[in-house]
Amino acid sequence: MVNFEPKIVAFCCDQSGYPAADMAGGLELNFPGNVEFVRVPCAGRIETLYLLKALERGADGVLIFACYEENCQFLRGNLRAKSRLSYAHRLLEKIGLEKERIEICHLATNCGPKLAETLHRKSEQLKKLGPNPAKI
Amino acid sequence: MIKAEQKPLEEILLYLKSYDRILLSGCGACVTVCQAGGEKEVGLLASALRMARMKMGTPLEALEATPARQCEPEFAAELSETVEKVEAVLSVACGVGVQTLARHFPKTPVFPGVNTTFLGETVTHGVWEERCQACGNCILERTGGVCPVARCAKQLFNGPCGGSSKGKCEIKREADCAWQLIYDRLNGLGQLYRMEEIIPARRWGVESRDSGLRRIVREDLKV
Repeated sequence: MVNFEPKIVAFCCDQSGYPAADMAGGLELNFPGNVEFVRVPCAGRIETLYLLKALERGADGVLIFACYEENCQFLRGNLRAKSRLSYAHRLLEKIGLEKERIEICHLATNCGPKLAETLHRKSEQLKKLGPNPAKI
Repeated sequence: MIKAEQKPLEEILLYLKSYDRILLSGCGACVTVCQAGGEKEVGLLASALRMARMKMGTPLEALEATPARQCEPEFAAELSETVEKVEAVLSVACGVGVQTLARHFPKTPVFPGVNTTFLGETVTHGVWEERCQACGNCILERTGGVCPVARCAKQLFNGPCGGSSKGKCEIKREADCAWQLIYDRLNGLGQLYRMEEIIPARRWGVESRDSGLRRIVREDLKV
């Protein structure tokens, strides 16, 4: 699949992921070609349904950019996101999809380079996995 | 409230293998509280089913609905228009809700999406535990509000048995001994004398499920 550019939906916590994406933009760091950022007030706002819907509606992979553990402004939002992610992984296994399609990355506001690197790594990983066969 | 758990996805997919267009119906009451069949779970299951079927190469169209209470004929009737458009219904309400839909839509197959498990209490967020077996003759006034029918593995009316150890049950060691709980509760209430009162044997064949289908009739409420 030579021209396959994986579509990635990146949920970004407003306290870490989104400012990090902003910083990466300010530093003019390169992002993969097909990324859609979704700004959320806290990673704890991300329901399991959002992760599945993103894949169902056309994403090849999903990333959650959340605060480092024990660094959530709302105390447990990032941990909630983590436990919902593991529930989503169980569902993906039953559906027959690779659980690597959904991943969480913990970072802080000053982690613009880490965010860009993670997106590139994810994009490369998804290119190897191929297009999401369950998208509608 | 009634507690339920979602059936394994593989099992549900098997029920639906010969259908291409279904209604996935939840319930806004008990199964919403135990997060097995509310609006959120309907969305999640519908999404999972659509993706699983897409991957299998046999796309599934899954309409979604969550009536306020699926066990009431009036709310089941609200689904009539939608049910006409589908080949089958998957209900993630309790067994009562499934049967209400089955009765209401005689020409449409209705499948259960959850296993109805017990009548229970929320212990903490995400943990539910059995509290009542709807046995038909409540004796909680004699046991300090702790039910030995639902919570004692041996359903003893005059416990504890000899297997109670350090407050735990010998059948299920992680479970509290119901009669230890009853003793502690009566002790706290200053009503330990109740432990000496013999609770007579129940007429299970008359009061409980043993005599077949139970029914409540309130003449004053009939229309």
